[in-house]
Amino acid sequence: MLSVRDLGVAFGMVQPLSGVSFSVGKGETLGIVGESGSGKSLTAMSVMGLLPLSGGRITGGTVEFDGQDLTKLPERAYRKLRGGRIGLITQNPMTSLDPLKKIGPQVDDVAKLHLGLDAAAARARTEEILGTLRIPEPALICDRYPHQMSGGMKQRIVIAMALTADPDVLIADEPTTALDVTVQAQIIRLLDDLVKDRDLALVLITHDMSVVAQTCDKVVVMYAGRAVEHGPVEAIFDHPRHPYTQALIGCIPRGLVEAKRLTGIEGTVPTVVNYPDGCPFHPRCPRAQAVCATEPPAFSVAGDSAAACHFAEVAHAEPA
Amino acid sequence: MASRSLDAFARMSIGRAFASGVGMVAGGFLILLVLVAIFAPWIAPFDYAAQNLMNANAAPGWPHLLGTDEFGRDVLSRVIHGARTSLSVSATAIAISMAAGMTLGAAAGYFGGFFERAVMTIVDLTWSFPDILIALIFVAIIGPGLTSTTFAIAIAYLAQFTRLTRAQIVRLKRETFIEATINLGAKPSHILLKHLMPNAIAPVIVVGMLAIGDGIVLEATLGFFGLGAQPPTPSWGAMMSSGTAQLFLSPWVIIFPGLAVAVTVIAVNLFGDELIRALDIRDRLRGA
Repeated sequence: MLSVRDLGVAFGMVQPLSGVSFSVGKGETLGIVGESGSGKSLTAMSVMGLLPLSGGRITGGTVEFDGQDLTKLPERAYRKLRGGRIGLITQNPMTSLDPLKKIGPQVDDVAKLHLGLDAAAARARTEEILGTLRIPEPALICDRYPHQMSGGMKQRIVIAMALTADPDVLIADEPTTALDVTVQAQIIRLLDDLVKDRDLALVLITHDMSVVAQTCDKVVVMYAGRAVEHGPVEAIFDHPRHPYTQALIGCIPRGLVEAKRLTGIEGTVPTVVNYPDGCPFHPRCPRAQAVCATEPPAFSVAGDSAAACHFAEVAHAEPA
Repeated sequence: MASRSLDAFARMSIGRAFASGVGMVAGGFLILLVLVAIFAPWIAPFDYAAQNLMNANAAPGWPHLLGTDEFGRDVLSRVIHGARTSLSVSATAIAISMAAGMTLGAAAGYFGGFFERAVMTIVDLTWSFPDILIALIFVAIIGPGLTSTTFAIAIAYLAQFTRLTRAQIVRLKRETFIEATINLGAKPSHILLKHLMPNAIAPVIVVGMLAIGDGIVLEATLGFFGLGAQPPTPSWGAMMSSGTAQLFLSPWVIIFPGLAVAVTVIAVNLFGDELIRALDIRDRLRGA
């Protein structure tokens, strides 16, 4: 459905994103994971064609959706896709709704715009979609202002707006970061159900490896603006081959079963202006050799998954 | 949609501005003044233009409560009709200025780039001259009268509204809900009119309210110079101007219209301050 190949993005002289590839089909969930600043959100923005807003541009690669290359799509045609065939759920539900408009009219606007419905039909559609998202008493909610609702409820409204026009692809950019843990689980389950019921293609951007393990079919691990490992979720979790992926999995709390202390990854993600030469992870990598600092690693393929590491095979031999 | 949010705005804030003692007195006076202006022909005890040279420069008393001027015209009636001139000229001018300023400011803030720089350069240029000078230049070009006074005031305050609206739009444009709206495929016109403007309008309305006070002063000033209302149309400024000649002979001719200007402007400013407090937008008015 949606396939991104070798995507590169630049803001002026800096290149915060390069060589990112993934694809997602109907009824599939793709997870994009990585630490803050690894380029996850930027990838989402590129797919939605929003880079010009912040002064960025696509320098290479293609974003193919339903047979057309979106990187060459004019803005007017892009507008039809956004919210129509590709939905985006943004990070912060608290500020994603217009504070001065009631919920009903805000969701109605999407139905009017993309489905061409009149006011009455749009409202019917709004109430229907709120109902499918298990929002109690949709008619009552329509008459509320955003400030009268809880964070979890607002996030559902945001999801409802993204789903109103029945899109083929849904991109959820850390949809649960701003929410309570209990609500997080509900929202994730909701998204999971939607994928199954509506045959959606879901791109789930998150930094929570446990969410990925529960919901995703495929995973792309990003680090410093590059995809470092990708493959089916079982392969990535059972046999992570990139040391960064191994470290991320090592960071998942596993309850009382393992009583040892949580591991972390030493250091921080490099900022865009000082990405290291060679492998971007080498300064923090426990396995780094001289070659890692000079030569950027190529993908080493094993089965369905691939890892960009000079020592992927060695890494495989010693699972985390 | 804009009208509905304006309703809510009005219910919430204007009511609260009246809640304090100062707000109630100032607001009450302004409402009274507007009523007086609207019903001037019925309230005024005499015809404002009726001359009676036999009774010129009469001191305040009965039946001319505020005395008469050099032509024997009733000062009270002229002050009442003057309220009509001052308020309507100032309110019309500010309405035109607000409409034009909001359009320019919103377009500049939203589209940015060369258009924004061009608009803001011109607007800042007019901002650097005193209001009165801009108004004088304008009246000098198209000639004296109420219409040119109205447009002169409108142009003098254009910069204020343009800058404020632009600042609001630039700030709001970066809000997540605007990006979310773009993500849902909204057109720029929809974003600008349905989302940005309703969110930007509150401080602009308050500044507009305060500017009506300044507009009254500017109208009186132009009237004083003989560039505003032409005789026999009563205007507070023009009345004060004619009163200067008899300052020592019949001071009431200049005192009462002057008092009317002063009290009105003080009331507008006090009420505007209450409105700012009620709306809690003091921060948003800075930097514009």
